[in-house]
Amino acid sequence: MASEMKQDDSIGGTATGIDRREAIRRVTLLLGGLTLVGGNGLLTGCSDRSRPLAQDSKFTPDDVAFLDEVADTILPDTKTPGAKAAKVGPFMALMVTDTYDKSDQDAFRDGMRKLDEASIKDNGVGFMKATPQQRLTLLERLDTEQKADTDAREARKKEKERRDKQSAGTATAVAPTDTGKATGDKFLPDERKENAPGAPEAGGVPAITKEPPRHYFRMMKELALLGYFTSEIGYTKAMRYVESPGRFDPCTPYTKGEPAWAPHA
Amino acid sequence: MQASEYDAIVVGSGISGGWAAKELTEKGLRVLLLERGRNVEHIKDYVNATKAPWEYLHRGGRTKAMEEEYQVLKRDYPLNEKNLSFWVNDKESPYTEKKRFDWYRGYQVGGRSLMWGRQSYRHGDIDFEANTKEGLAIDWPIRYADIAPWYDKVERHAGISGSREGLAQLPDGQFQPAMPLNCGEELVAGKLSKLYDGRRRIIPGRTANATKALEGRAPCQYRNACWLGCPYGAYFSTQSSTLPAAAKTGKLTLKPWSIVSEVLYDRNTKRATGVRVLDAISEQTTDYSAKVVFLCASTLNSTWLLMRSATDVWPGGLGSSSGELGHNLMDHHFRCGAEGKLEGMDDKYYYGRRPTGFYIPRYRNLFGEKRDYLRGFGYQGSAGREGWSRAVAELGVGGAFKDQMALPGEWTVGATAFGEMLPNHENKISLDPTKKDKWGLPVLSIDCATGENEARMRKDMIADMGDMLEQTGVKDVRTYDNEYFPGMGIHEMGTARMGKDPKTSVLNSHNQVWDAPNVFVTDGSCMTSASCVNPSLTYMALTARAADFAVNELNRRNL
Repeated sequence: MASEMKQDDSIGGTATGIDRREAIRRVTLLLGGLTLVGGNGLLTGCSDRSRPLAQDSKFTPDDVAFLDEVADTILPDTKTPGAKAAKVGPFMALMVTDTYDKSDQDAFRDGMRKLDEASIKDNGVGFMKATPQQRLTLLERLDTEQKADTDAREARKKEKERRDKQSAGTATAVAPTDTGKATGDKFLPDERKENAPGAPEAGGVPAITKEPPRHYFRMMKELALLGYFTSEIGYTKAMRYVESPGRFDPCTPYTKGEPAWAPHA
Repeated sequence: MQASEYDAIVVGSGISGGWAAKELTEKGLRVLLLERGRNVEHIKDYVNATKAPWEYLHRGGRTKAMEEEYQVLKRDYPLNEKNLSFWVNDKESPYTEKKRFDWYRGYQVGGRSLMWGRQSYRHGDIDFEANTKEGLAIDWPIRYADIAPWYDKVERHAGISGSREGLAQLPDGQFQPAMPLNCGEELVAGKLSKLYDGRRRIIPGRTANATKALEGRAPCQYRNACWLGCPYGAYFSTQSSTLPAAAKTGKLTLKPWSIVSEVLYDRNTKRATGVRVLDAISEQTTDYSAKVVFLCASTLNSTWLLMRSATDVWPGGLGSSSGELGHNLMDHHFRCGAEGKLEGMDDKYYYGRRPTGFYIPRYRNLFGEKRDYLRGFGYQGSAGREGWSRAVAELGVGGAFKDQMALPGEWTVGATAFGEMLPNHENKISLDPTKKDKWGLPVLSIDCATGENEARMRKDMIADMGDMLEQTGVKDVRTYDNEYFPGMGIHEMGTARMGKDPKTSVLNSHNQVWDAPNVFVTDGSCMTSASCVNPSLTYMALTARAADFAVNELNRRNL
């Protein structure tokens, strides 16, 4: 719950070993240069008022607290710590600010408003005031919605590619273009698989942030997953991370329930 | 403009330049090794090598600001937060694309040996004989027997792990123990080999990662973080392997920030006298003289340098008398193949992050078969259990979903084909008369495309993998073509090819420039055809061979 947040939960350090100055630098960055004034500057994230969120592209402490709660509903504390403990909210805000196109930034911010409005419609209160069960029920519905939207978009894209291929005939010389596509080849043995979504041992980072899908909850879920599983908690508590394995065992028994070995740095 | 005298000058410190420096110094020559970029000291300058993955601000990804800054790098995986400092600054070093050509460069000591893919395979006689048998382009001036001992030599020093397979199309080498296939790969490998009587087989990827200690180098620790620079020196790079060997002789001078603007040529002796160096920081020029000059600046860059040299004698530059300088640019076309799911392996896993995968050696247009295209392709692939990123596509939120996604997912297997690209005179580079780089040098203009042969081959590259996965019982098989543009392979080859005749080639059988016998070009520029295998090991062997020849010729006073 937001009201239980300690100050450190809302500052953007993602790792032990990141000193306070670095943490402040990061949070300053993600707040768009907003200087921290006073020790309680970030505690106002527990505002009772339902949105409106700020209309400019900067994320306020309220926004970050909101994202923390969304992420923590997707990935809550279980036997391992959840998204809020892993400081996923600040990470999401940072990634939207630094890696999203303007149109996707707008879609994301608009999505925060839509999500809050959906909560008011369903439960009579904004997301921050909803109970954990109310939050989960809402996000489950939004998840179904985004999945249907994404599937439909992918089907349309495939159909378009099929038609393009049919009409294109033989390949002709292509002028220099910047497709911006960086799909990667996820089964390649070297670093080329770095960009590939779903690669068995890759971080999968660039692909996930590459083409943010349009449904706002898809964006939120992707960023929450990325932020969580690439955090120190994700690496070391949710998964098993060995910095230097020292050997390769090509075949080991696996008992259901054992966490995955985390990918490389 | 003060002249300094060396026995040999090596231009470029990547895979080829490092080998040239090592071989020439070990044979007693005083060598000046010139590198256009900054110095990168082994281990000390691998600034992210031991950084935890969660310590990257964007967790390794790319920002809008980075995309703005790196217009070429952003097209593929090189633009990332983890080892960006090893990749070229696109803005300082632009080039012109007549057609799209992705040129991924590494301008620093070690060049791209720091972040190369490390897959290491020998060319066989099917490669050296292909041009002449098909009546295409020109014949290679060498055969496998000429280069085999040099492969032996470089493999022993570089540390190539691999399995002996006894295949004519992919000769065995001096291998360290292979990094084994994992159990998912074994499953498919066993079935495939049986189905095709060994003609198609899955073998461990041969990789320049040591599995046993070498001098000054620890064996691989299975971190799979090679491209950050290895603090164990476990993979081959200039820094881990050739530079320390060269330095040990006491005969090496390494000069970073040294852009060679031209090779100095004496039209009376018909020899190069040295090089002119433009200091990348002060922009002062200095001439250095030497008895021999080795150009190892990387495929396009060595040719670029030749084009700027001896232009008073040949307007097209040193080595242009044949009309072939800058022509016959090649790469490997790839980014297509197939993938699927392995069933019945849920109780199996693996430990350690192996920095290689499997390889399927070429089998097309062999064994008496004739396809509707020339040459062939090999596959690089791997099997493994899906990681957390599968969660993005799956329906689910909440605690049970989270815990499930922290477990290893299904076994998947897939492979991408790397196809040979034919040499074609029309695929070429030239000097752009209108554009200059940060240092005032006219930039390269690249005009290269794949043709009909590649397009026909590509159909097999995609369909075959789909078929092989289906035939070996892999489920949910999906073929893919992620689109390829020349350069993406980062296997640029050609533009100063070797040959038997000065009228049709730039270099002779010992990588000597026909027009200046004391100038050697031993990087990928020299390739007469591309094979379908990863080329770097061949550059190493050709460099060592040329260095040996050069020293013998110097001793005989022929240079």
